[in-house]
Amino acid sequence: MSTVATDMHHEHEHHENNNVFGFWIYLMTDCLLFASFFATYAVLFMNTAGGVSGKDIFELDFVAVETAALLLSSITFGFSMICAHKQNKGGTLLWLVVTWAFGAVFIGMEIYEFHHLIEHGNGPQTSAFLTAFFSLVGLHGLHVTSGLIWMTIMIIEVLRRGLGNQTVTRLSALSLFWHFLDIVWICVFTVVYLMGAV
Amino acid sequence: MSFLGKLSIEAVPYHEPIIMITLGVVAILGLVLAVLITKAKQWGTLWNDWITSIDHKRLGVMYIILAMIMLLRGFADAIMMRTQLAVATNGAEGYLPPEHYDQIFTAHGVIMIIFMAMPFMIGLMNIVLPLQIGARDVAFPFLNNLSFWLTAGGAILVNISLGLGEFAKTGWVAYPPLAGLEFSPGVGVDYYIWALQISGLGTLLTAVNFLVTVIKMRAPGMKLMQMPIFTWTCTWANILIAASFPILTAVLAMLTLDRYLDFHFFTNEAGGNSMMYINLFWAWGHPEVYILVLPAFGIFSEIISTFTGKRLFGYKSMVYASGAIAILGFIVWLHHFFTMGSSANVNAFFGIMTMVIAVPTGVKLFNWLFTMYRGRLVIGVPVLWTLGFMVTFTIGGMTGVLLAIPGADYVLHNSLFLIAHFHNTIIGGAVFGYLAGFAFWFPKAMGFKLNERLGKYSFWCWQIGFMLAFMPLYVLGFMGMTRRLNHTDNPDWNIWLYIAAFGALVIAFGIFFQLLQLFVSFKNREQLKDTTGDPWNGHTLEWSTASPPQFYNFAHIPHIRDIDAWTDMKERGESYQRLDKYEPIHMPKNTSAGVFMSACFTTMCFAMIWHIWWLAIIGLIGGIAVFIKRCYTSDVDYYVQPDEVERIEDAHLTAASKGVNA
Repeated sequence: MSTVATDMHHEHEHHENNNVFGFWIYLMTDCLLFASFFATYAVLFMNTAGGVSGKDIFELDFVAVETAALLLSSITFGFSMICAHKQNKGGTLLWLVVTWAFGAVFIGMEIYEFHHLIEHGNGPQTSAFLTAFFSLVGLHGLHVTSGLIWMTIMIIEVLRRGLGNQTVTRLSALSLFWHFLDIVWICVFTVVYLMGAV
Repeated sequence: MSFLGKLSIEAVPYHEPIIMITLGVVAILGLVLAVLITKAKQWGTLWNDWITSIDHKRLGVMYIILAMIMLLRGFADAIMMRTQLAVATNGAEGYLPPEHYDQIFTAHGVIMIIFMAMPFMIGLMNIVLPLQIGARDVAFPFLNNLSFWLTAGGAILVNISLGLGEFAKTGWVAYPPLAGLEFSPGVGVDYYIWALQISGLGTLLTAVNFLVTVIKMRAPGMKLMQMPIFTWTCTWANILIAASFPILTAVLAMLTLDRYLDFHFFTNEAGGNSMMYINLFWAWGHPEVYILVLPAFGIFSEIISTFTGKRLFGYKSMVYASGAIAILGFIVWLHHFFTMGSSANVNAFFGIMTMVIAVPTGVKLFNWLFTMYRGRLVIGVPVLWTLGFMVTFTIGGMTGVLLAIPGADYVLHNSLFLIAHFHNTIIGGAVFGYLAGFAFWFPKAMGFKLNERLGKYSFWCWQIGFMLAFMPLYVLGFMGMTRRLNHTDNPDWNIWLYIAAFGALVIAFGIFFQLLQLFVSFKNREQLKDTTGDPWNGHTLEWSTASPPQFYNFAHIPHIRDIDAWTDMKERGESYQRLDKYEPIHMPKNTSAGVFMSACFTTMCFAMIWHIWWLAIIGLIGGIAVFIKRCYTSDVDYYVQPDEVERIEDAHLTAASKGVNA
């Protein structure tokens, strides 16, 4: 009977491995989704149709703060994962909440930026450049928003269930997602904002 | 904006007799089916054992049923087009007005590629791949069920468009600005967008699922270079899906934004660039044709080696050739629009890359020929399809190399020569492959063989019908006839149009014999029963299971030493072994979460098509809610107890020993 029990244990662990690996492959496909939007942006960013270009509307100071918030959130998620692997429930939760707050700051600033642009007549309907800009940055923002919703659910899960195998696996997947979005944002920051502003 | 968005009773095309009669027939058939199921008291079975099943073999069967239904629908479109063109000559208008005809050729393309070929391929992969690598199921069984229902959701949307509104009139590629709001203000393109989007998501999840399965769940001892060749070609196809379908998702999302929110990705004004759509579309679309054909190559390889009783010649070169095709398939997309006006160097690069693909494909053909060489080829139905393929596909490949020359393409672009070429490769390559695989693995999936004679009739009708239907199109292409014409006025073309229409009729007989074959074989299933689980003296692990396989696939997962693992086991005398003691088997439980999630998302898509915003939001939230609920359900698996395993295995081995001795 004991061999059977270890077998069962083994099988479950096997499944958890599959989950993270499968999620990683999904992230690679997501990466290609972003790549398509990046390529489109690269083709369209000069098509301003007589309207504003990146130089006219990007405020690097503002975006720098936004970027800092997202990068910091990646670090704090790392702290949360360290706590999770040490089975430290309080620490995990604390750092998750901090991460969530940084993420929310990022999204809040992005919404403010979009609102500001649209209010001044520079909405995505104005030119192909703005279409591509809003779509690429918005796609990233949509991902971060889903991440925040997922994180909310995970906070509740940790609160209720503690740090079981399955929960830690899910946190690992979410952390992969979160770091991935960070990397994508670094590309957005470089390709869209830095290269657009100079 | 009203409560139901753009939807009203006006959306039903009641003034179109052809559509209304079709709808009537479908309704009657549906009603008959419902009555039959009720009479046989099978609703429970249908729900518990099929719709909510997460068994990869049953999902595979459901995929193939979906593919066959959609084949009938897509073929009905085809025969309507061919008869229209045969009638509408010398300036006659025919019986299909342009706005209806345009929907038909668009629906034909979308259905045949996305809802016939893809489900057929994925169905065969579902049934066979986990068995071939000695796995008890796929890595994510629930996701597998969800994938199927998302694909089915897309198919349902396409079929709803028949009776509610319209389908796209843009051709299956839906190029803007024609597909933009300005020139296609109706719901047709929206049906197209959302049907492709939801089924594309299903396909993407399938690829992720099977990649993890292949990498993580092979039987102990099975190295990557010992995987059966069908598994390998499916794996390359899955890599292509994972790498290309996100591009489709992206480009459809962009078209959606253009149509719904007045964005300017592909519009004529405000700096939009419609060529960007065409580039992105084919960056998905070209790998897509290799997604369809690579698994077919795997099927032919399995069949040739099984029916010659020999090991596949050049296994390694076959794997590498498939890989080369997969990679090259990603750098040829521009050959779909040489006429866009890229520089000569750009066109030359893509032309040469396209021609280079003929090399690994040639390697494969020679491998098959060398496998047959000095073998004893048994000419069964699967082999007939394979031989038919080798001839037909070679012709299609050669016309493809011809089209790859940019100079020649300028003459032949968008002509019927192109139509003949891609039907030559997709029917002669992919569809013949799936039908070969269907005949080959049918006994495995269903437990009885198919009637040979009717299978042969079907093959010859398809083969001859294909030649009659498509060879004239090459001629017509050279004579200058372009694609998507509604009627013609050139007496020189008439005879070829008549022959092509006759060819379509012959193919119709091929399909008829196939249906008859299913019916007759089902009736005689006791005589055709496969008791051994190994009707063809197969080489790979799927033939080591019962037919149909035990729901847990393998009571004991064998240790793999060879590419032809089952042949190896038979030679070592390790086949059909009775174990002294069985262990409990960990299995996932069926779940209705997949079908409910898909129902919610399909509703969302339908609501988006008709601008019923409140319903779209409900659908989206509902789908996510079902998913979250599923994530927090703990009762998802169970153990099959050793005594039950023993009972099932004993029954199989007793039947098998009778069959093997007889």
